[in-house]
Amino acid sequence: MSTAQTIPFPDLAPIDPTQPVVSFEHVSIGFDGHSVLLDITFQARSGEMVIILGPAAGGKSILLKLANGLIPPDAGRVRLFGQDINTLSPEELFAFRGHIGMVFQESALFDSLSVRDNVSYRLIEEHDNEADIARRVLECLRFVELEDAIDKFPDELSGGMKRRVAIARAIITQPKLFLYDSPTGGLDPITSTTIIELVMKQRDVYESTALLVTHRLQDAFTLATHRFNLKENRMERIENDGIDPNTTIMVLKDGRIAFTGSLVDLLRSKDPYIQQYLQQ
Amino acid sequence: MQIGEFVREKVLAVQEYSLLSWTALTNVFRHPFYWADLYTQADLIGFGSVPIVILTGFFTGGVLALNSATTLAQFGAKAVTGELVSLSMIKELGPVLTGLMVSGRNASGMASELGSMQVTEQIDAMRALGVDPLKKLVTPRVFSTIFMLVFLTIISDGLGTLGGGWISSTMGIDVSQYFHMAYQSLRYPDILEGLVKPLLFGFIIATVGCYFGMSTRGGTQGVGRSTTQAVVVSSVLIIFSDFLLSRLTIDLFGR
Repeated sequence: MSTAQTIPFPDLAPIDPTQPVVSFEHVSIGFDGHSVLLDITFQARSGEMVIILGPAAGGKSILLKLANGLIPPDAGRVRLFGQDINTLSPEELFAFRGHIGMVFQESALFDSLSVRDNVSYRLIEEHDNEADIARRVLECLRFVELEDAIDKFPDELSGGMKRRVAIARAIITQPKLFLYDSPTGGLDPITSTTIIELVMKQRDVYESTALLVTHRLQDAFTLATHRFNLKENRMERIENDGIDPNTTIMVLKDGRIAFTGSLVDLLRSKDPYIQQYLQQ
Repeated sequence: MQIGEFVREKVLAVQEYSLLSWTALTNVFRHPFYWADLYTQADLIGFGSVPIVILTGFFTGGVLALNSATTLAQFGAKAVTGELVSLSMIKELGPVLTGLMVSGRNASGMASELGSMQVTEQIDAMRALGVDPLKKLVTPRVFSTIFMLVFLTIISDGLGTLGGGWISSTMGIDVSQYFHMAYQSLRYPDILEGLVKPLLFGFIIATVGCYFGMSTRGGTQGVGRSTTQAVVVSSVLIIFSDFLLSRLTIDLFGR
């Protein structure tokens, strides 16, 4: 692999739990003259999971790419850990992404690298100690229950296994912010539940902030009404039909935010679009 | 309106290509530099291209000698075949044919590899993992192609002259006279021209291949389109820039 040295992650100031980890301020973006997102304003506090729902091609994935600085907004500001990412130089932005873990829609694993090299990619680029890399790769693969696939290549894995490797790759540096782009997209219901369980495990074990894009209402319901029981290594329903207080749901419609609030608020919403969306 | 849109697209493409090329070159002064990727690419592009360069160089020199000797014999000047083959190979055919061969093999390879990575979001994933794809993927390809194309051209020049010698010997030309003429006819500006051209051609091959790869859109069909465009554009640019460089050399050195 590379013999290059990379710029170390910039140290973040201690995050005030009341301050947002991610903040969108009147963000708009369009392509080829068509608006995709319009005047998006929302925040995600430390430890909060924001589930972004909406129809296909509604700009949900674009929103995540904006949050990671992969594309700049046409208007408005995106702040990460209080820092306006438009003011960062490309080098600073690349280093800043060390604090963010992203799981892509189709996993986006490097197809010429083994599972081991995919998961350890960031650590190899940082030139961490080899023994330390091997230990952390194994830990992450155990987390996603895929340690047997360590020497396989992406084309030997099923869709669900690829997502699990992508999650392992995202968590290896224990980032403070996770971005999940349709982690259950294109998967069968059983595998989707496994992936959601892993997302929940990550949320409840590391208590990190996350933005999760999905078009499956069921994913949002499961994440809001369940928590992960580490002792029994499975998810369980929150007692007394409770909901997770750190899970917020946001619904996009025609590039704008149509709803934001808790699952209870969503179910009680009188907005005709939300009611129609819930009935689907 | 459609013409305006077409022009706008092309101007934008030239701007993006220029920006990519400039960044790829100036990345050498920015930390980090991926030496291991440079060696890997040099191996793939350089040593991987040796067989086709040997074959094309040898047979081009051979066919050049065959045609030249036949024509020159009509004027009783068969003895200068060595000079003609040597000058043609070193000034023009060596660099251009090597450039075209490497373009067909590697500009297409770069466009398809980076294009596949682009459409499967691997490039975005790389950026999301804190690695600059221009530094990691483009800069090593550009410098290794420039570096290795010079040596491939030298091999092609040598093999072409040798191939010409072999054919000349079968046509009744004294081999020692052939090589003597081939050597004596060369001047430093000829060598300089022959070695400057691959520097430019290598730059064109890698930057065009990487540009079309990195700007791929539209799934597997888009990858195919990028690959074709990379070979066509880099080949045309090689021939066009060869003309400009030859003109410049004649203006500067008078030969």
